[in-house]
Amino acid sequence: MIVDFFFYLFSAVLLVSSALVVSSRNPVHSLLFLILAFFNAAALFLIAGAEFLAMILVVVYVGAVAVLFLFVVMMLDIDFEELRGGFQRYAGIGAAVGTGLLIELALALGGWKLAPQADQLRLSPTPVNVSNTEALGRVLYTDYIFLFQAAGLVLLVAMIGAIVLTLRDRKTSKHQNIRTQTERTVAETLEIVSVSLGAGTTASGGFLRPKEPEPEPVEEVHDHAHH
Amino acid sequence: MTSVSLDHYLVVSGILLVIGVFGIFINRKNVIIMLMAIELILLAVNINLVAFSSVLNDLTGQVMAMLVLTVAAAEAAIGLAIVLVYFRNRGSIQVEDVNLMKG
Repeated sequence: MIVDFFFYLFSAVLLVSSALVVSSRNPVHSLLFLILAFFNAAALFLIAGAEFLAMILVVVYVGAVAVLFLFVVMMLDIDFEELRGGFQRYAGIGAAVGTGLLIELALALGGWKLAPQADQLRLSPTPVNVSNTEALGRVLYTDYIFLFQAAGLVLLVAMIGAIVLTLRDRKTSKHQNIRTQTERTVAETLEIVSVSLGAGTTASGGFLRPKEPEPEPVEEVHDHAHH
Repeated sequence: MTSVSLDHYLVVSGILLVIGVFGIFINRKNVIIMLMAIELILLAVNINLVAFSSVLNDLTGQVMAMLVLTVAAAEAAIGLAIVLVYFRNRGSIQVEDVNLMKG
């Protein structure tokens, strides 16, 4: 009884806050509503008995993904009012597609029933008297070890991709240019100055000395911070 | 599964999915909100998986939900990196007129 009450409470807050995510004018507000939606979804997971996934949802989504979103939203200097322009133009087609999808889902839910032999088809039945985390670990590290490693690979590729995409060379920083270094020859680095006998070397500028390095062309620094 | 039936979960996740799809349509200009709507859709998928896993007493659904979670995190990181690079190059995130790749 009390579980029913909490289920309705959490799912109501989840749906309202997710509706506010997509309709809020300020992206920071919609991000905070997204965090609220994640918390309520974690509570729904708890009601369903998936404690480990509920905690993972809070840690991964709220702790990492939402903070990443918040970081990007606050770092980019965007005029968000300008981005609201197409609201009316797309609301019609969005409502049409959404209603169609909702009708399809309702039809699927109405005509759906559990197969009678579903109990015999379980891949990894939930063990009794074992906590959810331990049971999940037993299954994940034995039967699904390759999927687990593939998930790790996905995260690795995403990490490398994000770094490669956003890493930018600062033109002011000094760093080793290996190509120029290995392509250096004596001829283009040093010059021979002939010195006449008994005349001293100061007049002709001294001995073998390094050439003045050519000033490197300073490329234009793209800076969109002030628009 | 306690007293809450499977149909309740399915209704909630269905409505959440529709909200996410609707959000993608009405926020055609703001790619950050579109990414958040995609997160909502993946959350609806996760709720479905967990509910079925719970009612069928089968842990496979929760394993799959974890994989979906992984993919969602990776997708958010890559998507936001692309948004950042696009903003650096163009000075805006108006994705409605992205046709840089058009011949």
